Amino acid sequence: MAGAPTESFQKTLDDPRLQLAIYSATGRLVNHRAGSIRGDLLPEYQDLRTRAHEIKRHTIEHLDQYLEQFERNVVAHGGKVVFCRDAQEVADFVLGLAKERQAHLIVKSKSMTTEEIDFNERLEHHKLEAVETDLGEYILQLAHQRPYHIVAPALHMTRYDVADVFTKKLGVEKEVEPENQAKIARSVLREKFLRADIGVTGANFLVADSGAVVVVENEGNARLTSSAPRIHIAIAGIEKMIPRAQDLAVYLSLLGRSATGQPLSVYTSFLSGPKRQGDMDGPEEFYVILLDNGRTKLLVDPEKRESLFCIRCGACLNHCPVYRKIGGHNYPWIYSGPIGAIITPQFHGVTKHPWLPFASSLCGACAEVCPVKIDIPKVLLKLRAEVTEAKAREGQSGMERFAFRAFAWMMTHPKIYLPFASIGKKFLPVLPRIGPLAKWTSQRELPKAASQSFHNWWASNRGEGKQA
Amino acid sequence: MTSREQILTSIRTALGRTEGQAATPLPPPMLRVPLMDPKALVETFVQNFEKLAGKSIVVGAASDVVPALVQIVQGKRVVASNAPYLETCGVRAMPGIQTGFTDPSAWREACVSADVGITRVDYALAQTGTFVMLASAQEARLASLLPLIHVAVIPRSRIVANLDTLFGILPAPAEQTSSMVFITGPSRTADIEQILVRGVHGPGEVYAVIVEQD
Repeated sequence: MAGAPTESFQKTLDDPRLQLAIYSATGRLVNHRAGSIRGDLLPEYQDLRTRAHEIKRHTIEHLDQYLEQFERNVVAHGGKVVFCRDAQEVADFVLGLAKERQAHLIVKSKSMTTEEIDFNERLEHHKLEAVETDLGEYILQLAHQRPYHIVAPALHMTRYDVADVFTKKLGVEKEVEPENQAKIARSVLREKFLRADIGVTGANFLVADSGAVVVVENEGNARLTSSAPRIHIAIAGIEKMIPRAQDLAVYLSLLGRSATGQPLSVYTSFLSGPKRQGDMDGPEEFYVILLDNGRTKLLVDPEKRESLFCIRCGACLNHCPVYRKIGGHNYPWIYSGPIGAIITPQFHGVTKHPWLPFASSLCGACAEVCPVKIDIPKVLLKLRAEVTEAKAREGQSGMERFAFRAFAWMMTHPKIYLPFASIGKKFLPVLPRIGPLAKWTSQRELPKAASQSFHNWWASNRGEGKQA
Repeated sequence: MTSREQILTSIRTALGRTEGQAATPLPPPMLRVPLMDPKALVETFVQNFEKLAGKSIVVGAASDVVPALVQIVQGKRVVASNAPYLETCGVRAMPGIQTGFTDPSAWREACVSADVGITRVDYALAQTGTFVMLASAQEARLASLLPLIHVAVIPRSRIVANLDTLFGILPAPAEQTSSMVFITGPSRTADIEQILVRGVHGPGEVYAVIVEQD
């Protein structure tokens, strides 16, 4: 795994508190999931997975059509759809709208897609404040950290860490009880919700036949984000599409159980357009930003495009023996664990973090628990092959390129090679015992070199005469 | 070319599709609708709702709702939605209750300072202990969201088995509302050390008042 941040891995492995936090949090999520999909409680669990996979495959394979249908339906309900190719286009749109509407404060609910495009930082540069409102994300925003886990973003922090962050950033008295810490966040953020002009949410699903955005959460912050401010903007990757509202019966049955073991998460909001005539609350304006940001690249290969089926439940992280040791921050991007290991190389190119697809034991636990049956190990193998091919194309390093060139030159010049070969034979038993290979060869027996080289044998037995 | 066209074009190129090319047929939706009698629906709802730390009260008739609420709302600031069913139950005529709002900003102010929000629900899902609420002129969003206590009045006929049954009854929710929400228990988080805390942004206490003869 050349190029892997092994020092950073080691630091995580040597931190007993962090190891315990990762192990117990993921372990708890593993148990909760297992308890919620038991055969007596959900006998059709495997059928649901199969169906979830089929619907996603169908949708992704006809994505252009469903995006257009979705757009028509959002517009029909009075909303607007904005297609964005990258982070810059998202920022430009939001900044433009904020300026036009004289908006100064944005409240945000948890969204991996906005993490992906450094949304908050981009707005901050233009003096537009965007406040995270999910408790874990809020803590991380105050601490200037990125999420450690897709569903449990502050998994690596203790209540004492949180107390320090709150004291330092909010100027409150030291408070170490999670219940009271949540109260502090509630009161600070409640004021923000009521003052905000724009609410930005992600989307767990986009429903083509309804023009609806579906947001799943437990705290109520996403519901507040989409209900209290006068403008609601949902930012979603184009792959979040499903064809019909009725398909939610399948996906919602799987998402909460796979993520946290809840048959349904506390709040599922199905949002289709701005408030309607007579409604006393709800947003006056409704926008859906459909983001590409590299996703269309993932569509080309029929096997690798499965990576886009992901519904971000985090189950593959919780079950992964690698994630459970190295945690979330050792992955190069915001998507960690097995899903991160297949998504990141496809977004950033396989040569950027060539070690990543190799950071897996291929035990297959991820594929077994994936609610949409993404064959993660298979995609990892494909990516490994691509890394190897890319390396072969580029040459791994200058040193290696030099070595291979020298070897090729030597082999095509037998007059030089042959005398060296007969000298080399004498040194062969000694050479590996010194130098960089010494440690490795000290424990191993070397085969003895033949008394006569093949070249000599050929020349004396089959050749047309002596050559050297 | 606009970003929209560029994105759609790269999708079509990657998938080898042409514009307007018909889709292969999609299998019909998978809806698992169990048969449950009304008594089982109430029992199952109560059982699952209480597992989530919800408190349920089953009353006989609409006229029994107000007596059941007295204790919950005593000494508190209370808002109620404009749902006609709450009128039928006499909830909107309870002393001290703020209801009948027509001005959005007054409504919002009332919800901000209220301790309790009383609403009806459009449906309830027995197998998950879930409230289903469709925002409308009668049923605004904030009453079940801003106050720390949410009381939902549920006519028994509105309890259905599960999500699948609901999507069978409501195949196209967007035709009826701009916001449908499923509420399954009190607002909660486990973001700090996986310790469960209720009432982080939404209500920390939820009550279901089920009316047998609605």
